Amino acid sequence: MNSIGEGLWQAARLVVTLDPDLVEITALSLRVSLGATLVASCIGLPLGAWLAVNRFPARRFVIAILNALMGLPPVVVGLIVYVLFSRSGPLGVLGLLFTPTAMVIAQVIIITPIIASVAHQAIRDLWADYHDLLISLQATRLQRIKTLLWDGRRALMTASLAGFGRAIGEVGAIMIVGGNIDHATRVLTTAIALETGKGEFDMALALGFVLIGLAILVNLGLHFISRTERGARW
Amino acid sequence: MSGWVSLSGVTVRRRGRTILGPLDATLNGGGLTILMGPNGAGKTTLLRVLHGLERVNTGDVHWTDPKDADGRSQGFVFQTPVLMRRSVLDCIAYPLLLDGVSRTQAREQARAHAAEVGLTVNLDQAVTFLSGGEKQKMALARALMRRPRILFLDEPCANLDGRSVKEIEEILHRIKAGGTRILMSTHDMGQARRLADDVLFLHAGKLVEQSNGDDFFRSPRTAEAKAYLKGEILL
Ligand SMILES: Nc1ncnc2c1ncn2[C@@H]1O[C@H](COP(=O)(O)OP(=O)(O)O)[C@@H](O)[C@H]1O
Ligand SMILES: [Mg+2]
Repeated sequence: MNSIGEGLWQAARLVVTLDPDLVEITALSLRVSLGATLVASCIGLPLGAWLAVNRFPARRFVIAILNALMGLPPVVVGLIVYVLFSRSGPLGVLGLLFTPTAMVIAQVIIITPIIASVAHQAIRDLWADYHDLLISLQATRLQRIKTLLWDGRRALMTASLAGFGRAIGEVGAIMIVGGNIDHATRVLTTAIALETGKGEFDMALALGFVLIGLAILVNLGLHFISRTERGARW
Repeated sequence: MSGWVSLSGVTVRRRGRTILGPLDATLNGGGLTILMGPNGAGKTTLLRVLHGLERVNTGDVHWTDPKDADGRSQGFVFQTPVLMRRSVLDCIAYPLLLDGVSRTQAREQARAHAAEVGLTVNLDQAVTFLSGGEKQKMALARALMRRPRILFLDEPCANLDGRSVKEIEEILHRIKAGGTRILMSTHDMGQARRLADDVLFLHAGKLVEQSNGDDFFRSPRTAEAKAYLKGEILL
């Protein structure tokens, strides 16, 4: 019990004094997860919106695939990316394995389906509401999409935040493709796993606090977005 | 016969059922034409066909003046107002934004149109906060933004209280006086009597009777219209 109290105290000290290791690890976590969120949003948001407003034969199939991909275990994604980028793999020549880039790639694969799916639902609902009006006013296809994206912007932000929330807390995939190398690919979640294994609870707890802090920030952001949406302040 | 629009052999089938037609009609009233008929008669479908929102399975719609045929010169007010996730003013301004008018100018005109329909609320609030009557006035103001030659209204007063109904009717009188043709559906008999220059009476997807308002209410010719006016066809 006492050692947990001690650990908490140590952890608080590490956070307050901005311990260099802690800062480095946190910075890389943010870089990887924000990078992945950015890339995944660039793919997922337009994909979701496009699926919402276009009728084509394979649409249901694509949506089913998307939903299936949402349930992909991160460890398996990590494994697949690992095999692709390993020295003997098809993309081995790129030399990306055990780099932050490989971690970003793995996370993009994990969160793109989530972002696309949330965006799809939001834009689909909006399109159902707006359909008759936009057709009546003879909005062009481009104008329709612009209107839906603009009026659905809060829902789209929610989609991206949901993706970021998943990415920042993810450990299975980046552990495999990043390798948790000190000063190279160590991020919050992999460091926590390592420090816990070593019995270094103060560092593990400090990292945990930062991770929880980030998670709370994400949720506050989501809450704020949904509140302004409900409060109808556009 | 010269009217402003005519339908020939129009049918609309949905899910294996003919919900409108076969319909042959020429509309020639210059003022306010009321589309009457019980629920499910096809009023909404006919309005949507005329405005180009609904695909017809057979037949066609012919506009005498090509200018009328352009959807941009037609305004449509839906039975349930479409609420955009924007402020009241931005909702009303929207059609002009589509036309490439600057936001400032569009909002300025929207303000004028809001005043025109007697919408005196805070225009910067979200449109969802408006009452039913105010939402309908917003939709009306928005439909008027492009100064339509023809205005379609689908039961605009269906869910409104007496005062709002009266206000909307006054606005419609003014719009008509300004030279806009109005085609409006309702199943409110009193409203039809108050407003109708001409009446189209639909029943089970067919045009049963077409005459001017006074004649229709004084001496309906068909059994269906008689029964409807006596309140025997409810629904
Ligand atoms: N998309 C559709 N699919 C199937 N049936 C429809 C569709 N739209 C309308 N209907 C049916 O067509 C009939 C006429 O509808 P409508 O034009 O809305 O009547 P009204 O406006 O006079 O009440 C109704 O019985 C309605 O249920
Ligand atoms: Mg109707």
